[in-house]
Amino acid sequence: MTGKGGTGKTTVAAALALALADGGQRTLLVEVEGRQGIAQLFETESLPYEERKIAVSHGGGEVFALAIDAERALLDYLQMFYKLGSAGRALKRLGAIDFATTIAPGLRDVLLTGKACEAVRRRDKRQRPVYDAVVMDAPPTGRIARFLGVNEEVAGLAKVGPVHNQAQAVMRVLKSPETAVHLVTLLEEMPVQETVDGIDELRAAGLPTGSVVVNMVRPPLLGAEHLLTAGERTGDIARAFARAGLGGARRGGHAERLVAPLLEQGREHAERVRLERGLRGELHGQDLPVHELGLLSEGVELAGLYRLATELRGQLHTGAAHAGQTHAGRAQAATKAAESERA
Amino acid sequence: MGAPDEAIATPNEAGDGGPLAIEPLAIDPLLDDPQTRIIVCCGSGGVGKTTTAAALGVRAAERGRRTVVLTIDPARRLAQSMGLSELDNTPREVPGVDTSAGGELHAMMLDMKRTFDEIVEAHAEPDRAKAILDNPFYQSLSAGFAGTQEYMAMEKLGQLRSDDEWDLIVVDTPPSRSALDFLDAPKRLGSFLDGKFIKLMMAPARVGGRAGMKFVNLGMAGLSMFTGALNKLLGAGLLRDMQTFVAAMDTMFGGFRTRADATYRLLQAPGTAFLVVAAPERDALREAAYFVERLAADRMPLAGLVLNRMHGSEAARLSAERALAAAENLEDGGIVDRSRGNGDGHEALSAGPEDPEDGSPVAESPGTAGSVTTARASRTPHAEDTTACTAKTPSTTAKTPSMPSGNGAAKESEEAAQQTDTPSQEQPGAPTAEPEDEAGQLAAGLLRLHAERMRLLARERRTRDRFTALHPEVPVTEVAALPGDVHDLTGLRTIAERLAQQPYSAD
Ligand SMILES: Nc1ncnc2c1ncn2[C@@H]1O[C@H](COP(=O)(O)OP(=O)(O)OP(=O)(O)O)[C@@H](O)[C@H]1O
Ligand SMILES: Nc1ncnc2c1ncn2[C@@H]1O[C@H](COP(=O)(O)OP(=O)(O)OP(=O)(O)O)[C@@H](O)[C@H]1O
Ligand SMILES: [Mg+2]
Ligand SMILES: [Mg+2]
Repeated sequence: MTGKGGTGKTTVAAALALALADGGQRTLLVEVEGRQGIAQLFETESLPYEERKIAVSHGGGEVFALAIDAERALLDYLQMFYKLGSAGRALKRLGAIDFATTIAPGLRDVLLTGKACEAVRRRDKRQRPVYDAVVMDAPPTGRIARFLGVNEEVAGLAKVGPVHNQAQAVMRVLKSPETAVHLVTLLEEMPVQETVDGIDELRAAGLPTGSVVVNMVRPPLLGAEHLLTAGERTGDIARAFARAGLGGARRGGHAERLVAPLLEQGREHAERVRLERGLRGELHGQDLPVHELGLLSEGVELAGLYRLATELRGQLHTGAAHAGQTHAGRAQAATKAAESERA
Repeated sequence: MGAPDEAIATPNEAGDGGPLAIEPLAIDPLLDDPQTRIIVCCGSGGVGKTTTAAALGVRAAERGRRTVVLTIDPARRLAQSMGLSELDNTPREVPGVDTSAGGELHAMMLDMKRTFDEIVEAHAEPDRAKAILDNPFYQSLSAGFAGTQEYMAMEKLGQLRSDDEWDLIVVDTPPSRSALDFLDAPKRLGSFLDGKFIKLMMAPARVGGRAGMKFVNLGMAGLSMFTGALNKLLGAGLLRDMQTFVAAMDTMFGGFRTRADATYRLLQAPGTAFLVVAAPERDALREAAYFVERLAADRMPLAGLVLNRMHGSEAARLSAERALAAAENLEDGGIVDRSRGNGDGHEALSAGPEDPEDGSPVAESPGTAGSVTTARASRTPHAEDTTACTAKTPSTTAKTPSMPSGNGAAKESEEAAQQTDTPSQEQPGAPTAEPEDEAGQLAAGLLRLHAERMRLLARERRTRDRFTALHPEVPVTEVAALPGDVHDLTGLRTIAERLAQQPYSAD
């Protein structure tokens, strides 16, 4: 899950992990920027470098979370190829880990993507995937292609050996149809612009794009068309306000004096709606499924997160947003799609 | 709006700024002060850092300072907002800026590779420079992965500052906390350079495990294992590249560190001002608090907080509750139907203004908020009974508290309260005719819109007040949200004007 800063990557990633866990699935939500955004969202204490269950979804599904820490991941990684044991701590004292995670080219990003892919590929004793889905709260759009493509670079640098092989294996997962890079955006010019640029970059890098998720969508309260003639009808509006008990409609009366500022707010709203319409059109022109999530006007909180998950789940399997569809119809469609997918 | 005044006044009652003891952040004196040489805008994602940086740049330039805006964010946002198609590693003049006061505006975007190359070229003799530039390890390092960006940002800032060509450098940082990682650059570089690891890397670049063997002799078992591991992991070729690279960079690392240290001190000096940008939302302000604390810990001079995209209303005297009640009333046919028993609208009307504003959702959820269309469907004609409602109006209005900082609104509201506003004569007694019906719909829509605006406004203020209660020492300026996006100089000027206005000055 990528997107411009502040558009809701963390929130939507969490909602998606919840949605995908619906009906008894198990998902892993990973965070890579060391900000403890997941812990804040789920209102738990900071996550350690350890996969732990943070939520259950409808139908007994489970969401696990992991805050990947580059330094710990490096030690893991060395452990994976080489039994290092306490030598790892010695290395830390030597400043080697600092070197590796801050100076070495992209090693940080290698470790982060590598760890996520490890979770994707992990199997249980019966060779079934441990997680049905892994959702990553990824870096923002400006860095995403480079971040996900880092292993390619590494595979080019380390031409032989396990690192080379490992890098290639990660790249294979990231470029396979198993991966989808979703982009979260708002209906605002710059986020949409960054989304469009991001899609281009991902495509150029051969990384699979998923859906565009338009977040924090406000329901239009007042059609722009209503406002076209509003300016000529200030008298009628003032009388309507008066009728509704807001004071006098004559000049200088309470109701009359509300007309101008409220019309101005209406005009601003109409401008917004018009702008949003254009931006929505641009997003739909990207040849990707577009989903929409409503603005929770009281902020997200846990209950809101579940609501977003339900909203998302309703749209996920239908391929695209069906604005007019009823809730029940949507859920049904989703279940069907999910069933046919499993079959 | 309930009792925002009490809510804010508590932590800082001794303050002198009127009921709101928020210290105003004065932007113009900051921009005009020749001592101010660097302004750094930081904050969490999407809050308006780039917009603020660009707006400050425009304003400073138009007030006569030679200004350069440096963005560290690889996104193209800054260029776009200034009407430039592309930015690169050298400052480009921004056209359309009023230079009559003697200022200028330039903009640039940090190009990590170019900056790194320039340093190498400037600080190593030609042969060595070439060896470094050709090294595959270097090529990938310099292309700008996580980690290098911060050093290069420090370098570039140091360069710009020491050139002394600029009166003012405005820095726009990338999204996320790591925006302040560059403050760590000197420390990290130091711990790396002081570490023994670098010595390993400096060891003669030999193929295979030989280098490792040397260290076994030094009794550094862990290290030898590490080299061995590295060789196995990376392939001998890469380790050799790395070693060659480190060896070639040897003399330069020291330089990096000296310069990074110098830039760090420069940032601590009084000529620097950090601005934390935030949106009036819980998470953004939590991040803002983190930045404030982080800057304090590093003893960096914080100028203040920019609260961007605040909302206001010219009709703040009409509360959300009353607006909603009135809208419902209109949708029910322009009357308050008291016979219905539950008297939704009526209740809201009288209870609203007295209710301490707690922002709890009223009636509908956002996804299904009663749009004009749904409202129309449920509308049923009712008998006329307006007197009860309108008669209440004057007293209700009198109780409506004024908005704390909506300039002018307070005065207007008082005046409105004094005015005995009799129910209007024009009020129609007959059931609604067609055109009037439309006007009623429109009015109801406007009222709902206003109710939403008032709720948003209340929430924003509450969030702000929570922050200022915790950090009363941080000066604040507010920037009202523009209805559209900011994408040209005109928009930036408007933002800058709002930045410079002081909402809390006692007037
Ligand atoms: N649908 C929504 N309705 C209301 N608020 C939302 C919604 N989605 C996200 N938010 C809020 O928007 C803010 C930003 O969301 P979030 O932290 O998920 O964004 P982000 O893209 O991860 O940000 P960053 O770039 O800082 O990592 C948060 O305060 C979050 O609660
Ligand atoms: N006061 C304002 N009124 C209206 N829109 C604004 C305002 N300030 C910023 N914006 C808009 O908000 C969006 C985000 O702004 P901007 O790109 O400056 O944020 P940022 O903090 O730099 O984001 P990022 O973290 O992605 O770098 C842009 O679309 C911008 O036009
Ligand atoms: Mg996030
Ligand atoms: Mg920016």
